[in-house]
Amino acid sequence: MSDQTDDTPAETDDQSPDSADNSGKRTAGFDAPHETSGQYLNHRLNAMRAGELGALPIIIGLIGIAIVFGMLEEQFLTARNFTNLLLQMAPISFLAIGVVFILLIADGEVVSIDLSVAFVAAVGGTVLVLLQRPNDPGWPWWACILAAIAVTTAIGLLHSLIITKLGIPSFITTLAGLLVWSGVVLMLTTQFSSAGTIRIQDDTLVGLASNFLPDWLGWSIGVAVVIVYAAAQLTRMRSRQQRGLNAKPLAIVLGQIVAVAAITLGAVSIANSDRGVPQVTVTLAVFLAFWTFIASKTAFGRHIYAVGGNDEAARRAGINVDGVRIAVFMVNGFMAGVGGIILVSRLRSVATNTGGGNLLLNVIAAAVIGGTSLFGGHGRVVSAFYGALVITSIQNGMDLLGMASGTKFVVTGIVLLLAVLIDSVSKRRRSARGLA
Amino acid sequence: MSENAAADGESLLSCRGASKAFGAVHALYKVDFDVRAGEVMALVGDNGAGKSTLIKGVVGIYPFDEGDIYFDGQRVKINNPRAAASLGIEVVYQDLALADNLDVVANMFLGREQVHNRVVLDELAMEHRSREVLESLSVTTLQSVRQVVAGLSGGQRQAVAVAKAIMWDSKLVILDEPTAALGVAQTRQVLDLLRRLADQGFGVVFISHNLHDIFEVADRVTVLRLGQQVGVIDRARATQQEVVELITAGELAYVPGMEESADQ
Repeated sequence: MSDQTDDTPAETDDQSPDSADNSGKRTAGFDAPHETSGQYLNHRLNAMRAGELGALPIIIGLIGIAIVFGMLEEQFLTARNFTNLLLQMAPISFLAIGVVFILLIADGEVVSIDLSVAFVAAVGGTVLVLLQRPNDPGWPWWACILAAIAVTTAIGLLHSLIITKLGIPSFITTLAGLLVWSGVVLMLTTQFSSAGTIRIQDDTLVGLASNFLPDWLGWSIGVAVVIVYAAAQLTRMRSRQQRGLNAKPLAIVLGQIVAVAAITLGAVSIANSDRGVPQVTVTLAVFLAFWTFIASKTAFGRHIYAVGGNDEAARRAGINVDGVRIAVFMVNGFMAGVGGIILVSRLRSVATNTGGGNLLLNVIAAAVIGGTSLFGGHGRVVSAFYGALVITSIQNGMDLLGMASGTKFVVTGIVLLLAVLIDSVSKRRRSARGLA
Repeated sequence: MSENAAADGESLLSCRGASKAFGAVHALYKVDFDVRAGEVMALVGDNGAGKSTLIKGVVGIYPFDEGDIYFDGQRVKINNPRAAASLGIEVVYQDLALADNLDVVANMFLGREQVHNRVVLDELAMEHRSREVLESLSVTTLQSVRQVVAGLSGGQRQAVAVAKAIMWDSKLVILDEPTAALGVAQTRQVLDLLRRLADQGFGVVFISHNLHDIFEVADRVTVLRLGQQVGVIDRARATQQEVVELITAGELAYVPGMEESADQ
């Protein structure tokens, strides 16, 4: 379960599985309770060799992207472009969070996927836009948001019932959904507007994806994030030590806190030197934190990973496997609603082609590039953010260079293929380790 | 069955006259089967002899058509797996049912996670308890209970599956061919584990085809043939040859074809 990769120090055997078996001599128990930093890093390195790559490919990828585009185009590494990037990546990130959950419950050889997510998001966005039209019916902004999310969550429920109760694979169900929901968007937008475009007039709704925080608020939130992270890491380390359990070495924990502080405060500082931290970035951080908590700290999250790892084991353990699948599709529907709201807010309107184009592929690519396995059971919520950052940076860079649409498609496709390749190689490594 | 056929006092589990038919086929016919606390009872028989059917009856997957089950001296009805689990009967299946992508702790508590405040997983408590249970079984070859199960050897996986089974106040542990897929060293580990379980007072049922393994670890051997129990042998007073003879040619109390016609 890769969302534990960062949390679990001695993840991997430091010996080959064979030698672990005839080690009757080692009778002292399990973990060496006080690992040194060197031993810890050694374990992590071994875990990576064994296919638990964590965020490493992403970090390498982002550095590569920064170097290549930074050399080719001087505009790329500017504060202006950084805040643009944060705005551009938002809709993809929200949708990819839901898709991560869908990919996690893939069972065995059958991939679990949602091909309809972009158009479901567009349906949510359309509901929002239609309801906010002044006096027609002119709902308050918050009611529009709730209605949009309720509709997309219900669509997720509908898909999941077809998949679990009628036994139709998610691939086919959501392929049908892709057509159906794109048709619904087309019908609604043309029904209520002869031009096929309906504008958002509510300021709050427009602001969702385009407002910037004042500098002081950006700094305060940045500092608060660092403090919360540091407190969580240190309490965790202390309580593990008190229970006599293997804890991360202090030097490593401090190193991680410094790294998080540097990245967070650095990002705030860069954003503030332009227009400030986008409000939507903070919203995204809240959703990432919430779903990460659900996935890694609750029994429900544990069951999601179990279903994705071995659905038969989950069933025998008394887990309601269909119930988990239904809930996951509803989570995805919920996030499609949130993403759809951000999408139309960013466009300031909904149109006949909203949710079309390469949005769907970008979303799925983001989840996979971020490190969520297509084979189920492996991946973290934050991979939605990583992947969206990579794919948006590449497209943003190519846009700045004035590349043709055709070239952009080809490059994006190759990057996706590369990510799937990394996924399948690390899966092979993981299972080679398991066969021992 | 008559009362005088009831369990002898020392047995943890007693099946008396257990029968199960699938259509016209008698998969089990009036089988008596006893397991004492603190012993390893091996269950042997050729393919189709009824080993699985007997176990499935005991754990309530396919309840017996006829016959009585006594557990801990009480007459009990086991009509579904939950009833068996609540009595303290746990099965470790051949395919183990572990989730490869989860670590040892997560697997041991799968479906019965401990939480605080009704929401948050109590990882520390679960990790602590997992270590206690594994240590009580003297499973010391695990590097860490936070290791992902995919990285474990066959013997280690078996140990985790057994630990998972005994963690919930269980009294009887049934292992379905636990050594079938293991090499020599790992088989050794599992056999030692079975012995320790019995020494700690658990009743252990060990299903296997491998007489060599059985003679290493079992206290008694129950032999099934064509759905009937053809002998219960004290391992110390028997040879492998005698067991083989029972498996292949044990005397049947009821000849299947005859029984059918007699009924009609």
